[in-house]
Amino acid sequence: MEASTQTNVTSGVAVKAKKRKNTLLNRLRQNKVAYFSLWFLIVLHVVVFIGPFIWTANPEELQEVGALASWSLQHPFGTDDLGRDVFARMLHGGRVTLLVGLAAMLFSLLIGTFVGACAGFFGKVVESIFMRITEAMMAIPNFFFVLVALTVLGTSPIMVIVVIALSSWMEIARVVYGETLKWKEYEFVEAANASGAKSMRILTRYIIPQIIPSIIVSGTLTIAAAILTESAISYLGLGIQPPTPTWGNMLQNSQQYIWTAPVLGILPGAAITIAVLAYNFLGDGLRDALDPRFVKK
Amino acid sequence: MNSNQESYSSDSLEPLLRIENLKKHFPIKGGGYFRKEKKAVMAVDDVSFTIYKGETLGLVGESGCGKSTLGRNILRLQEPTEGRVFFNNTNILLHNKHELRKLRKQMQIIYQDPFGSLNPRFTIGQIIGEMYEIHGIAKGAEKEKKVKEMLELVGLDPSRYNSYPHEFSGGQRQRVGIARALALNPTFVVADEPVSALDVSVQSQVINLLMKLKKELGLTLLFIAHGLNVVRHISDRVGVMYLGKLVELSETDNIFESPAHPYTAALLSTVPEADPRLKKERIVLKGEVPSPANPPSGCRFRTRCPLAAERCKNEMPPLVEVRSKHHVACHYPLEEGQTLKEAIASRKTGQLSL
Ligand SMILES: Nc1ncnc2c1ncn2[C@@H]1O[C@H](COP(=O)(O)OP(=O)(O)OP(=O)(O)O)[C@@H](O)[C@H]1O
Ligand code: SF4
Ligand SMILES: [Mg+2]
Repeated sequence: MEASTQTNVTSGVAVKAKKRKNTLLNRLRQNKVAYFSLWFLIVLHVVVFIGPFIWTANPEELQEVGALASWSLQHPFGTDDLGRDVFARMLHGGRVTLLVGLAAMLFSLLIGTFVGACAGFFGKVVESIFMRITEAMMAIPNFFFVLVALTVLGTSPIMVIVVIALSSWMEIARVVYGETLKWKEYEFVEAANASGAKSMRILTRYIIPQIIPSIIVSGTLTIAAAILTESAISYLGLGIQPPTPTWGNMLQNSQQYIWTAPVLGILPGAAITIAVLAYNFLGDGLRDALDPRFVKK
Repeated sequence: MNSNQESYSSDSLEPLLRIENLKKHFPIKGGGYFRKEKKAVMAVDDVSFTIYKGETLGLVGESGCGKSTLGRNILRLQEPTEGRVFFNNTNILLHNKHELRKLRKQMQIIYQDPFGSLNPRFTIGQIIGEMYEIHGIAKGAEKEKKVKEMLELVGLDPSRYNSYPHEFSGGQRQRVGIARALALNPTFVVADEPVSALDVSVQSQVINLLMKLKKELGLTLLFIAHGLNVVRHISDRVGVMYLGKLVELSETDNIFESPAHPYTAALLSTVPEADPRLKKERIVLKGEVPSPANPPSGCRFRTRCPLAAERCKNEMPPLVEVRSKHHVACHYPLEEGQTLKEAIASRKTGQLSL
């Protein structure tokens, strides 16, 4: 419904639901890859977050079978170089990696939405200051910023989340800024002003709700980037530290065994790649599905 | 002709709004960094007039002449470049945010576009209910009761409280807009072309509703319209705008029966007459409306005026009362009962004899 109301406003034509409701999900369904990605991600999150309650092996505990054991019923993916259950480590590492991605995305959405919406809505000084900061941040190479900040601030999980968020809110701010500029020109926003609504009320009740679809798209793409960044810094040893598993530090750890136990590298590497790709496909699909020019093929 | 003679009588005039020298200029961006010419669109340029309590003032003019801008600036939805707006004898341009917010209960606006003027993510209950919430008047069940009363008042089914704007037709949506504007019982309402986006078949329904409510609630109405025929039957007085200027203002009958400004006369000649015996000669204005960013010197209308003379180029005609209660901004206004054709003819002979 959300998306179709937006179309109504822009095109000025009432789009009546025909056979199937013109919902976001139905629009997304037409993009097979994005729709599959959505389901894949749902399954992935369920497995990673619920799985450890079923597969109760401790990811940090040494198993009796010893190091680098190959697969068996007790240890479906074998054990790693220290003799820890790889399956349990994949589940727990996935939890950490995906949580870091989600948390960094949320935090980055918060900053980006605040900066973009205030700059667009209030204009004048707020706009110049906020948008100059945004541009300055965009000029700094992302990865360089993350490495320097983590070296200075330390590598606790909270810091990793904060630093990734601080490095990735600018694109969201720009999207929200543009959308705010567009929506604040609508007469219903002026009507709210004519009714005596305060700025904050207009911003939070009239403008930001219109932008939520775009924020969701940006958020999806931001998670993908955050997972990738987290994995990259973990691989460099600057991310979340062992023994807490993440897909990134598991990948780093596996390097020396790439010939003897390739599965140690292949599993986290594949997990990172597939999760990032799925989030990217989903984000692109959502972007198309939310585009008012979207046409049914 | 006037439909509101009960509430408005031309003898006991009590001003509600006095607009003095109102200007709204929109600066034009662009131009090089070094040649910073200060150019601006003069959307409203030095307009002064009074709106009396209980009247319906029709404001007409071609697209882009500044009608909406004037309405918005009177309500301070935009900040005027210059001028004063007195509402009940206080200059509201000096109000701070807090005072202005309180004033908003008394002044409202109805928009032209029934799509863009309603929040697509709110139900109509929320849209109208906002008015009560913003001013802390009612919440929850009491709010719902009040909103439903408003819905009934504008002829909508109160059971559609939870419907979204896109589930309504254009005419119904306009009723929602009217309900929103009237929810707090304002004294003054700007209706900015409230029916021009609607099907002809529903236009009169919405106008009738508006005029009925105006009478019942004792509103003062500034009714903006594109063409003269829309305002004829509902206005006590009519103002005509051209390129940011108010060029003529008088009681409706005066405007329609003996216009004094050549522009008004030309506009009237294109309005279809109900009585076919009254044959009119259509006067087609030559040329295009000039850009408000670069208006002609002197009289704004001189590039298209059949009566234009040398003086019109050099001197800007002020809005003056040429006949009783009949204000015109023209150096050579038509005489009472004179048609534009006759004026053109007499101008020609006059010029020959010079
Ligand atoms: N926000 C703005 N910025 C710049 N120029 C503007 C702005 N709003 C209006 N204008 C210009 O001011 C002039 C008057 O516009 P306005 O909308 O008041 O006209 P109008 O008489 O209401 O026309 P219409 O019948 O089309 O609604 C136009 O030339 C328009 O382009
Ligand atoms: S002042 Fe001159 S140009 Fe302007 S309307 Fe009158 S006659 Fe025409
Ligand atoms: Mg307008």
